[in-house]
Amino acid sequence: MSLRQEGRRQAIPRQRGSRQGGTARKWAGVQNRTLWFWIFVGPFLLGLGVFTYIPLGWSVYLSFFDAHNTVTPSDFVGLGNYTAMLKNEAFTDSLWTFLVFSLFIVPATYALSLALALMVNRLRHAQAFFRSVFFLPAACSYVVAALIWKMSLFNGVRFGLANTVLGWFGGDQIAWLSTTDPPWYWAVIVTVRLWLQAGFYMVLFLAGLQRISPTLYEAAAVDGARPGWQVFRHITFPQLRATSVAVVLLLVINAFQAFDEFYNLLSDARGYPPYARPPLVYLYYTALGQGQNLGLGSAGAVLLALIIAVVTVGQAKWFGLGRKEAQ
Amino acid sequence: MRDDSRVRAGRALRLALLIALALLFLIPFYLLVRNGLAAESDITSPEWTFFPSSLHWGNVRELFGDTSVPYARSLLNSALIAVATTLGTLLLASLAGYGLARIPYRHANKVFYAILGTLMVPAAVTFVPSFVLVSSLGWISTLRGLIVPTLFSAFACFVFRQYFLGFPGELEDAARVDGLGHWRTYWRVVVPNSRPVFAAVGTIVFIGAWNSFLWPLVIGQDRNAWTVQVALSSFTTSQVVRLHELFIAAAVSIVPLLVVFLFFQRWIVAGVERSGIDD
Repeated sequence: MSLRQEGRRQAIPRQRGSRQGGTARKWAGVQNRTLWFWIFVGPFLLGLGVFTYIPLGWSVYLSFFDAHNTVTPSDFVGLGNYTAMLKNEAFTDSLWTFLVFSLFIVPATYALSLALALMVNRLRHAQAFFRSVFFLPAACSYVVAALIWKMSLFNGVRFGLANTVLGWFGGDQIAWLSTTDPPWYWAVIVTVRLWLQAGFYMVLFLAGLQRISPTLYEAAAVDGARPGWQVFRHITFPQLRATSVAVVLLLVINAFQAFDEFYNLLSDARGYPPYARPPLVYLYYTALGQGQNLGLGSAGAVLLALIIAVVTVGQAKWFGLGRKEAQ
Repeated sequence: MRDDSRVRAGRALRLALLIALALLFLIPFYLLVRNGLAAESDITSPEWTFFPSSLHWGNVRELFGDTSVPYARSLLNSALIAVATTLGTLLLASLAGYGLARIPYRHANKVFYAILGTLMVPAAVTFVPSFVLVSSLGWISTLRGLIVPTLFSAFACFVFRQYFLGFPGELEDAARVDGLGHWRTYWRVVVPNSRPVFAAVGTIVFIGAWNSFLWPLVIGQDRNAWTVQVALSSFTTSQVVRLHELFIAAAVSIVPLLVVFLFFQRWIVAGVERSGIDD
C-alpha cells in the first residue's frame, strides 16, 4: 500500500504540471488528491444528501407540526404526533402485524433457501438448471406475483388452483383472503414472498458453501463423522455462520419494508381491510391517503426508522458483527 | 455395499425432491401464461382445469387496443425509467465507489460510513419525507421525479467500493507511468477491466427499477406517469376488470426482465457472491 502511494506521489505532479497552471496544480497536485476524491465521490454524496438526508431531516421537522395537506406547516404540536401515533391502535396493530409476519417469513425463508442451496450444491449435473429455476422468481415483481396468487392460485371464490386441489381431497372451499378466523390470509401473504425471495437467499448460501474448505470435510471423514446430519451439524452449519447472520439481517430489514404484496393482495375497489396492515401500508394511507396527514405520517416514519435502527444494531451486536469489522 | 446403495437411494430421493420443488416454483409462471392466453370464461370457470379449453393469442392485440388502459404508455415509462436509472446509478455509484476505494483522502472513511449509514434506514421508510421533498420541487408525475431520487443507491456504491478495493493496483500504476491522471485512468483502464461487476450491478438495478412499486405509486399520480407495475396494480384494485387482459398484461410485463435475467444471470450470481454482503 505504502509503496503504491509513493509511486503516485511522484507520477501525479509531473503529469499535472505539464497541463495546468500553479493554482490548479496546488489543488490537483501532490497533496491534493482531495480534489479528485471529491470529483469522484461528490456527485453521489450530493444526491444522497438531497434525496436521503434532507428528506429525513424534513421528516423529523414535520413530525413536530400539525401538517395536513401541506409541507410548510405553522402549527407546532411538539411531541403530539408521536403520542398520538403510539396511542393509535391502528399503528400499534401494524407493528404486531409486522411481528407476526416476520415470525413466519424469516424462519421459513431461511430454512427453504438453505435447504435448496444444500441440495443444489451437491448436484453433479443440471446444477445451473435448478439454480436458475429457483432464482427465476426474483425477476418477477411483487405486483405480478400478488396478481397470480390473488386471482389464480388462492382465489377466494369457487375457482382457483388451491381450492381445486382442496376439492380433490374432499376439503371445503376457502375464501383465502377474507377469512380472518382462522387467518388464512397469512398463508397467501407468506407463500408469495417465500416464492419470490427464497432463490435469492439460496444464491447467498451457495456462495457461502463454496467458500468452505474441502479439507474440513476430509478431516471429518477421517474422524469417522457420518456424511449427512453429523457433517452438516458440526462442519457445514458452523462454517455458514457469517452468511446466516447476513441472511437473517436482510430478511428482517426486508420484512420491515413489506408493502407491495400486502397492498396488492388485500386492497380492492372498496379499500383496505382493517386486518393485516403492516407499518408501511398504514403509513401510506395515513400520509398520502385521504386527508394527507404528513405530520402524523412523518412521526410514524421516524418511529419506524428508530425501531429498525435499534433492531438492526441490536441484531448486529448480538451476532458480533461489530467485533468482526473492528479487526 | 450396503452403504453404497443407501447413498444412491439418498441421491435419487434428493433429485426427486428437487424436481418436485422446481415444478412448484414454475407453476406460478405457468398460471400467468395460461390465464393470459385463455378466454375469460376459462379463468372464472368453476371447474378449474390445468389446460385452458383454447388459446387466444388475440388477447395480446386486445390488450394494446384497449384505449381505456394506458398500458403501452406505462411500458414506455417503465423502459425509460429502468434504463435511465440503471445508467445513472452505474455512473454515480461506480465513480463514488472508486473514489472511496482508490483515492487516498483523510476523511474517506467518515464519508464511507455516512453513505453506509443510509443503508440502515430502509429506503421505504423515507417515502413520506421524499414525497414531501419531490412534491415541493414540483416533480410529482414527472419522469424526473420518478428517476432522479432513485439514482443514489448506497448499496450499489458499497458493492463497487468492495470490488475496487480488490482491483489489481499494477494496472493503475502502469496507466500512471503512461501519464494518465485519475480521470483518464478510471475510464481507460479501470472501467474496461471491470465489465462483470458493471453487468452484475446493472442487472440488479434494472430489475429493481422495473419492479419497483411504492415510489412510482406515490409519485406517478397522473395516468400518463404510470409505470407498468402501477398500471397492473390499478387493474387489480378496480372492480371492472377483464381477467384475461390483466394476465396477459402481467405476462408481457415480465418478458423484458426474463430476457435481461436469462442473459445476465451468471453475472447476477457472480455479483452477489462478490459483493461481500455475506462476508
